[in-house]
This record gives sequence, structure tokens and C-alpha cells, in this order.
Amino acid sequence: MAEVTLRKVVKRYDDVEAVRGIDLDIPDHEFVVLVGPSGCGKSTTLRMIAGLEDISDGEIMIGGDVVNDVPPKDRDIAMVFQNYALYPHMTVAENMSFGLRLKHYPKAEIKQRVTEAARMLDITDLIDRKPKQLSGGQRQRVAMGRAIVRNPKVFLFDEPLSNLDAKLRVQMRIEIKKVHQKVRTTTVYVTHDQVEAMTLADRVVVMNHGRIEQIGPPNELYHRPATKFVAGFIGSPAMNFIPCRIEESGGLLQVCVGDTIALPIPPDRTARYRAIPRDTKLLLGLRPEHLVDAQSNPSATFQPFDATPDVVEPMGMETFVYFPLDGAQLCGRINPGIDAKAGAPLRLAVDLNHMHLLNETTGQVL
Amino acid sequence: MTSVTLDKAGPSRKTKVGSMSRDRKWAMRWSYVFLTLFAIFFLFPPIYMFITSLKESAEISAATNPWWVYNPTLSNYIELLTSSQFLTFFKNSALVSIFVVIITMLISIPAAFALARMRFWGSATLATGVFLTYLIPDTLLFIPLFKMFATFAQWTGIELINHWWVLIIVYPTLTVPFCTWIMIGYFASIPKELDEAAIVDGASWMQTLLRIFVPVALPGIIAATIFAFTVSWAQFLYPLAFTSSVDQQVLPTGIITTLIKGDVFNWGQIMTGALLGAAPPLIIYAFLMDYYISGLTAGATKG
Repeated sequence: MAEVTLRKVVKRYDDVEAVRGIDLDIPDHEFVVLVGPSGCGKSTTLRMIAGLEDISDGEIMIGGDVVNDVPPKDRDIAMVFQNYALYPHMTVAENMSFGLRLKHYPKAEIKQRVTEAARMLDITDLIDRKPKQLSGGQRQRVAMGRAIVRNPKVFLFDEPLSNLDAKLRVQMRIEIKKVHQKVRTTTVYVTHDQVEAMTLADRVVVMNHGRIEQIGPPNELYHRPATKFVAGFIGSPAMNFIPCRIEESGGLLQVCVGDTIALPIPPDRTARYRAIPRDTKLLLGLRPEHLVDAQSNPSATFQPFDATPDVVEPMGMETFVYFPLDGAQLCGRINPGIDAKAGAPLRLAVDLNHMHLLNETTGQVL
Repeated sequence: MTSVTLDKAGPSRKTKVGSMSRDRKWAMRWSYVFLTLFAIFFLFPPIYMFITSLKESAEISAATNPWWVYNPTLSNYIELLTSSQFLTFFKNSALVSIFVVIITMLISIPAAFALARMRFWGSATLATGVFLTYLIPDTLLFIPLFKMFATFAQWTGIELINHWWVLIIVYPTLTVPFCTWIMIGYFASIPKELDEAAIVDGASWMQTLLRIFVPVALPGIIAATIFAFTVSWAQFLYPLAFTSSVDQQVLPTGIITTLIKGDVFNWGQIMTGALLGAAPPLIIYAFLMDYYISGLTAGATKG
């Protein structure tokens, strides 16, 4: 096991810069998830760590050694691919032991490692089957088993659950977490699914346009996003962004939306927000769970306002309402017991203790 | 009410299923008609050869029904199979074909792997170049090749012409480009993650080729093997140009040069020789076809 370090890593394809000088320190044992939209450079970064892509500039270190020019086979890494990449002519046991056989491990040790990994992944009964006789979930377990038996310094996962159905994805997510808790191998995991990122990671790395937007534990990213991109990418449904301005009236700092809504800013934020130049174009960032129905939340911290939902989505344990406000389409989360109907007025309330104020021009959270 | 609804739904579904199955039935009937016509058309010559091979020369030249054997005999088979010349032709053909297949595979498989997978400068151009060489007809090549061999003999004193083994050098110029080309296509269809997984697992390029690509691409390799064998076995022009002594000849030219004496055609033996000559490729097809199954990559990736 080892730490992984990226220093100013760049990947260029002709004139296109896919990865633009990223720095990342992954300590030993950590589970790091690279997350971002398609084309953000997360898979390229993973493939550069694996050695499957050359690095255009910068340095990658595994266990303190620079591995820029070290071929993948000598990096002591194991990788799990999105589409499993099992050897179709080999049995499950042969697939799992392929790496060990190449390195001429003693037969007894190979058998012991394969048996142990198979038991860990609950695929002991499938050991003599060929990949075509397995289901998608079983194949992905075998792919993980192939990585585990080698006991590598680093595990690399390239969107391993994307090909599975929703139910299996949740199951396999738990399996991956369990495996990591057992083996504690440093893991870099790539996904475009922010739920996977939040649930699996010790730290999440949010990437966009070849750059790292923010690195942090899942909760920090959720509650204290650094940029509009992170705020909008993490969380489902996504954070609402409403054009707003700050006004001071009678010594009270208010955030104003349109001409009708003026909400008092919580006292602990006034000093910070008062320093913002008045001509700054601002966005009010609010997560759906902080836009709630007024009836169930009568406390003073919630500021009520009226809205007319145009879509109501009952989810069972919660109901999402979508409504327009000053040109923006917002999503709120209300008590499922409230009888909300599309087109009917609804009294909502906003909890400004969890508000975010963003600079619309720079995208920075203020 | 319910029965009315059912009645309404019933016929419409029946019509739909009925029309689909009727279309399929007609498609099948036409397929069988055309397949039968093609089978008859292509089986005509071998059947005629077989019938003729069972006749004496006198019966062949007699004005009787050519599609019937009145006095069946195996004398043509016995004579040919006990003739040392025919066995020499057979041995030469077999040796040439086996060596050509081996050489072709030894060159084509690594070449196709390199061109399909190892990204290097000019690999795409090279791959196209390989195919372009196949497009040059062999009728254009045998004269320059003949000249090259003559020059080679002048420089080194080693005579290449009129030796059966010269065909082992010549035939790969026909088989290697095509086999490389079809295997480039086959290798390219193997998911890239498969070799990446092998490389991450610690395999070298050669190990990836031998332990992953060759087993996975076996149907493609078998197709290429069949092609290389058939080309070597049935090639006529090159052995005609490069070999002349009877003991250096291969089957296609040997049968023609020894069984046609002046304007006397020994049709019975010619047909027998041609039939016996066609047997090895047939046996190889039949044997390898069992292994020539597609979908060997099933299960490798999400599919």
C-alpha cells in the first residue's frame, strides 16, 4: 500500500488540454473519488496514474517514487474497468490468478489468495465458470477479485458500476466499501455519479474542464462548496440558483429576490456579506431541503413566501415541488403529508441559515 | 362487455402475428429455393468429376450418358495412389502448404497485433499499405520475381528456380498481406480494455499477444489459416512458372503436366487427381469449422 501524489499533471491531445496541471495528494489507505461530468478529465487522470496514458507534463508518484516512465506492469497497481474486461477464455479462477501466474507465484499461494478473495466477494461457487456464464454483477465481482488477489499498492476503479442496473449498483457500492474497509488499500475511484462519490469516498475530488474544482470530505463539499459548479454538481436534486441582490434597510442586511421578496440575512453572516461590493452580480444558492413548506416549519428561522408549483413529484418519504421564481426554476422539498397540487398556490419557507451567496461572474461561493 | 372487448382484441392480434409468420415462412421458402439452386450449380462440377473418376477411358470417350457409370471401376484411384509421381506431388503440396501456413501465421499474427494495438508513428499508413500489396495481382508479380531469383542465383550461386521449396518463399507474398489485414480487423474488434487489463496485470506485449489475443482471436486466426492453406494448395501460376522438373512439382501443375500427354487427355485420372487434391482442404475445412465459432469474446465485457 502506498500514497499517490500528482504534481502539476498535464495531459494534452494535440492542441486539446484534457488535464490542466492538477495537484493531488492521496495518503495511504485513503479512498478518493474523482467525480465530474463527461470530458472533465477524471478518467484520463486515472489512466495516467495506471500508466495507460502518457503524461504530457508534471509528475506522478506512487509510494514516493516517480512513475512517469514506469510501465503499468511495474507500477504495482490493479485496475477495475467499467466493462469488466475479463479474459473470456479463462475461468473465474484463471482470471483472478492471471497476474500472479505471470509473476510466477507458488501454486499454493495463488490458490490461497484466489480462495480468500472469492470468499470475500462471495463468488466461491463461480470459481470454475467462464465469464459468459456470469451475470453483470458477478462479472464485476470477478473483476474486483482479480484486483484484490494481487494485493497491489493502489486500486484504480474506472466507473465500475456504470453498466449495472440501479439496484445492483447500490449492492455493489456497499460491497466495494466493505472490501476497502477490509483491505485498506489506497483507492482512486472514478465516477460521474455524485451519489457514488458521496457514499464511497473518504475525500471527493470534483473535476471540471481538466481542473480540480474542490477537494474535500463528502459533507464538506455538500455543505461548503467552493464554487457554483461544485454546489450545482453535488446533491440531487441540484442546488437552486436565484439571481439576487443585497440591500441594507434600517441597519438590517437583506437578500432581495425580485421586487417582492426581501429576506433578512442571518446575523452570523452579515459581517461577511456586508463587505461584498454592491455592484457584484449575485446568486442565492439554496438546496431543495432548505426550501420547505411553511406549514410544517413554523419556526422563526424559516422565512415564508408564496409560490405556485408547476410540477409536484411525490417520492414517498418526501415530495419535491418545482416552481418559478423571478425567472428561475426552483425545486423545494416539502412534507409528503402536504396536499400540494400543480397550479395551486403553496406557502413555502426558506431557511437562510444554510444559504449560499455566489458571485455570478466568477462562480465563487462568497 | 368483457367478451366484446376480447373479441375486438382477438382478431387484430391474430392478424398481426399471422402476417409476420407468413412473411417469415415465405422468406424461408425463397431462401431454400435459392440455396438449392446454388448448391446444385456449385455441386455440378465435383459430381461430374466423381462420376468420371469411376469410369474407364473407353467409357468416358464413348457416346453414352455422361451422368451415368455403366462399368464402375476404382482403377483410376488405384493407379494414382500407387504412382510415385502423384505421391511426390501430394507430398510437395502438403509440405509447401504446411510451411506457408506456419510462416504466414508467424508473420501475420504479430504484425496484425502491432498494427492494431501498438500505437506507433505511421501504423495506420502501414496497415493500409499491407492491404494495398494484396491488391497487386500475382500475374503481374511472377515475372519480376522470376527475374529476382535469376539475379539472386547470379550473385550467390544459389539456384532458387525449379525447387519445390521456392514456393515456400513465394507464397507468403500472397498470404501474409491478406491474413494480416483480416487479423488487424479481428484484433481491432477485441475490446481495448482486455489488453489494458492484461498489461495492468503485469503482462508484456508478447504475453498479452500469446495469452490473451491468440486464444480470444482464434476464430479469426482459423479463418486466416484456412485462407493461407487454400491459397498455397490451389496456387497454379507460381508453381507453373517456378518449377518444371516432375519431382519438384506440386499437385495442381503435376496433374496437368503428367496426365496430359500431347493432345491425349487422361480424363479419368485427371478427375481422380483433382478430386483427391481437393480432399485435404475439404477435410481441413470440416475439422476447423467446428472451432470456427464466433462469439468467443462473449462475457469479456458488457454485451
